[in-house]
Amino acid sequence: MLQVKRVGKRLRLLEKLGIPEIVKGLGFTFKSMFRRKVTRQYPEEKYVAPTAAKGMPLLVQDPDGTPRCVACSMCEVVCPPKAITIKGTETERDIEREPEEFSIDMLRCILCGLCEEVCPKEAIVMSDRLELAQFSREDLVFHMDRLMTPVDQLRKRIDFTKEKFDKWHSRSS
Amino acid sequence: MTLTEIYLMGGKLIGFFGLVVTLAALLTLAERKVSAWIQQRYGPNRVGPWGLLQPLADGVKFIFKEEVVPAGANQVLFRLAPAMTAGPALLAVAVVPFTFPVVLDGKSYAMSIADVPIAVLVILALGSLQVYGVLFGGWASNNKYSLLGGLRSSAQMVSYELALVLSVLAVVTLTGTLNLTEVFYKDGAVQPWNLLRFPVGTIAFGVFLIAAFAETNRHPFDLAEAETELVGGFHTEYSSMKFALFFIGEYAAMVTMSCLLAILFLGGPTLFGLLAGIEDTWLRALLGFVVFMAKAGFFMFLFIWVRWTIPRFRWDQLMHMGWKVLLPISLLNVALAGVQVVLGTGNGGA
Repeated sequence: MLQVKRVGKRLRLLEKLGIPEIVKGLGFTFKSMFRRKVTRQYPEEKYVAPTAAKGMPLLVQDPDGTPRCVACSMCEVVCPPKAITIKGTETERDIEREPEEFSIDMLRCILCGLCEEVCPKEAIVMSDRLELAQFSREDLVFHMDRLMTPVDQLRKRIDFTKEKFDKWHSRSS
Repeated sequence: MTLTEIYLMGGKLIGFFGLVVTLAALLTLAERKVSAWIQQRYGPNRVGPWGLLQPLADGVKFIFKEEVVPAGANQVLFRLAPAMTAGPALLAVAVVPFTFPVVLDGKSYAMSIADVPIAVLVILALGSLQVYGVLFGGWASNNKYSLLGGLRSSAQMVSYELALVLSVLAVVTLTGTLNLTEVFYKDGAVQPWNLLRFPVGTIAFGVFLIAAFAETNRHPFDLAEAETELVGGFHTEYSSMKFALFFIGEYAAMVTMSCLLAILFLGGPTLFGLLAGIEDTWLRALLGFVVFMAKAGFFMFLFIWVRWTIPRFRWDQLMHMGWKVLLPISLLNVALAGVQVVLGTGNGGA
């Protein structure tokens, strides 16, 4: 004859009704009400993006106020959605060329980061700026005046890209 | 009817009705707040301080929303159903005494809008009328999910109403009255809590509590609107203020059920006989009201608390529990109540 072995103790009537478990569950949910809240109160509490995050691309401005960009147009060429428009011009500075006009159409930009990767001068980097909404289409096309950012603000990302992409000039400088 | 009586009546009408409607609105906020806390969120906190104006904002939103009536819907029943749900739920408030009776010019006035001798029956009758709204809504929507929801709801209400009524019957046997005021305050004397009248009162409380959850279509018995299975159940096709009316009905029913629980089992506005000694009946009524609201508020919180704790029952489990567990228990309990009254430990009856 088949022998059945009972595993564990026989349930009492209360346990069969599930009452101890219900009380336990209610106790747990009650305790949970006083636990620390995990919600981020967004507009007041901003999200601080990690350095690896690819936000809106920005132009690096050297401490003397000039753009690092040499208007080589490599980012313009590599940009998959053709968001970047550059018009270069000659300059008296050592770098010989600089952008006369540089615009990024954020309606087109897909935040792929190829411009940053391809840039030989570390002149364009992805920033931690993730709030990209504007009230008009015109405002979403960013020109030089709104793209130029002091190098100090972008230092972390520049160092990060040096390490990440192991650019040819990163070993020498 | 004297002028004072008319004033008193008007005051009670506006005061209590406004109270219940406000409570029902606040309960929608409380539901979202408590659920948020249990899930470690903040809940609505943008509209007004602490999100207190959220129900108002929701109401305005509901009014401005487009009313959609499905093409194949039964026009009359579809429009009637929300009113059929909200109406009886709000009507049942009329017989709930919110505090001790007030003595005015040597006459005692019960603090319910309508002091009827069969208040218990009125509430139960109106409670069972609510099922028609749900059923009509499910049927008239011309949607199989709505119909299933309505079907489930009606079967569930019919099953659990038996247990509910029988547990009330046991309490009525103990207290010997159908008047809700007399349940806690009879002949100038405070009555003991029925919950503490062991064993009949305690068992009746357990059965009534479970059946009340089923009767108000709340978790864990909300099979009528099981989102995961039936989209939204009977109110799937409803929009705008009609949708809101279903919810006003549901929350008003919750308020009524909480009040009923507090009166029938926790002695309503009594506080261990402390308040009954107060000479000034108005002061006594005011303090009693606070105590009563605290007791009823606890049950309202319990309704929400349980919702976010216990998962939904399966359909057959629900029926099993209603017919094979609660019904026999409450039937036995009625018999037991008779024994308890005869033995004199129930100190009820005439």
